[in-house]
Amino acid sequence: MREILSRLLATGGRLRSAVSRDESDGDQLATDGGATVKTTRGDSLRNSLPIEWELIESAPFWLPPVLFAGFFVYGAIAWNFLLSLTDYSGLGGAQYETFDFSMYTRMLNDGTFWQAAQNTVVLLVVFTVLCLALGLFVAILIDQQIRFENTFRTIYLLPMSLSFVVTATMWAWVYNARNGVLNQLFRLFNLEGALVGLLRPAGVNAEVVQWLSWNTTALAAVIFALIWQFSGYAMVVFLAGLRAIPTEHYEAARVDGASTIRMYARVIIPQLRASAVSASVVLMVFALKAFDFIYALRGSQPGANMDILATMMYRVAFDSLQWAYGSAVAIVLFALALLVIGPYLYSEYRRGEL
Amino acid sequence: MSIRDGGFIDELRSTENSRIGLYAMLLAGIVFYLFPVETAVMTMFKTESAFAQTLPFAPPGADGFTLEALATAWNTLRPGLLNSLLMAIPATIVSALLGSMTAYGLTTISWRGQVAVVVLIIAGIFIPYQAVLVPLAQFWFQVLPGLLNGFVNTVFGFITGGNWQYPSRNGYVQLLQLSITHAAYGIPICTLLFRSYYQSISDEMIEAARLDGASAFSIYRNIILPLSLPMFAVTLIYQFTQVYNDLLFALVLINEPASQVATQRLAALTGGVVQSFNTTMAGAIVAALPTLLVYIVFGEQFAKGVAGE
Repeated sequence: MREILSRLLATGGRLRSAVSRDESDGDQLATDGGATVKTTRGDSLRNSLPIEWELIESAPFWLPPVLFAGFFVYGAIAWNFLLSLTDYSGLGGAQYETFDFSMYTRMLNDGTFWQAAQNTVVLLVVFTVLCLALGLFVAILIDQQIRFENTFRTIYLLPMSLSFVVTATMWAWVYNARNGVLNQLFRLFNLEGALVGLLRPAGVNAEVVQWLSWNTTALAAVIFALIWQFSGYAMVVFLAGLRAIPTEHYEAARVDGASTIRMYARVIIPQLRASAVSASVVLMVFALKAFDFIYALRGSQPGANMDILATMMYRVAFDSLQWAYGSAVAIVLFALALLVIGPYLYSEYRRGEL
Repeated sequence: MSIRDGGFIDELRSTENSRIGLYAMLLAGIVFYLFPVETAVMTMFKTESAFAQTLPFAPPGADGFTLEALATAWNTLRPGLLNSLLMAIPATIVSALLGSMTAYGLTTISWRGQVAVVVLIIAGIFIPYQAVLVPLAQFWFQVLPGLLNGFVNTVFGFITGGNWQYPSRNGYVQLLQLSITHAAYGIPICTLLFRSYYQSISDEMIEAARLDGASAFSIYRNIILPLSLPMFAVTLIYQFTQVYNDLLFALVLINEPASQVATQRLAALTGGVVQSFNTTMAGAIVAALPTLLVYIVFGEQFAKGVAGE
């Protein structure tokens, strides 16, 4: 078997060449006696194979990496699902004895879960929408034949090259109640008192805005910082989309006498649908992964207002050692991600883009 | 960028006011995207009393200037920086190489059912890593050590006397485990990046090589790999940034203080009870330095990686 396979590998190229010559150029085939002989032998071998030759030929390249990644991605997800059906907790190894959905029913009755789920969805939607809007606006600005375009673009995208931990550290200082930039600026313009009155949650007594701990501002503060970090990404995607629109579309709109704003609203922006869809999928996934940012900002107990499913999962599993419950929360997070990427991948597949 | 010369652009140019407004907005953008970084840089050079009393974005005065915070942050983070590089560089190279191979096997050679594998790979990019954390900890800390202990002590029992223990608590072993983990989860995105690039390579060249009897391996080695060099730059830069910047996997897989990575040490510094913002800002800048340098030198490649080109 091994010998046949290795001979197949050796003759594969020539075999293929003989076959395609056979189809395209009969004369050449006639002058190439050797190839003809090999074709007959190879063809019978090839036809007797239960699977395509191309599959065998390409397998050494893609199969080992796919198995390696597949074990860590899909193997782990399946394993995670299995663990979520047990009641594994505490130190020591997992016990795979009884399987039920008790962790999921427990989740349904857990107020922390519902709060975290709500925060996750709010974060996902608000962050994505605002990020797209800002990214589109900046992309249009950049697309106006400006000077130093590369410099502007590089600076706008810079936050994205930074770690969540780095940006969280920086924003912790920006939002610092006593000396942070934000409150100092409001103080400078004498707006602090008004702002405290506006944002202060009921029953709280404070003279400065506690951006990261007030339930009125905590999640918004996280969303704002994330928009700061990722709107550059939306800009890059939209810029590529804008550059792909033919010049004539701009000119035609001009000839029709449309104002700049009307031209963008009616002619240009509707053509950026594909860019918007692919950018929002990636942004939503970033939002689901915002764990690093919140963890670096507030640790694994960020408080009910900032808690998302990702931080809840980590806390439940790795702080409280309730592995099975943590796995169940993780499965919900995974389902949310599927809800986002499933339709996207399907539509890409339908359009033949995969 | 002269394709759009003429027409409304000239009109826009002629209206001076709107140009001034445009550049004002662009400059406001620079302020918006840089102020957290700028305040961090200013604050890290200030003394404890100076950062509490001055505006965060103002430079330190002569009496409020100090390098002490930077020195403290550097000493705290330095071992973490080394560990991060030690872990991230091999992981990045392995992901990129395997991604390139996978993309080649799934692009230039076509067979039925290929698209299913492609879908699984692309979906792998978007997995929230929380969904694999518990099994990951199980695998590296329980299952693998158990299997290896059993194997080694059975096969080499005459040497080990049955007492060999997989060194789960060894700092380098933990870094290696983290590196392998990152290499695996990096394969999907690297594959996607290489795949869209390989789809743009003309089939004719590869067909011609096939007609000459070149094997799949020699086509990869002699045609695809040399053509891939610019894409390797994009992929290596993007993936290095991703791996270096990660906190989550390190939190779960590294529990020996000696093998903590930079992001872990910075998170510990930031989450400390006493908030010395000059030290934490210095820590943020020090931890960001490797990726900042890469970004400043290879910004173009990073942008391409981000855009998935």
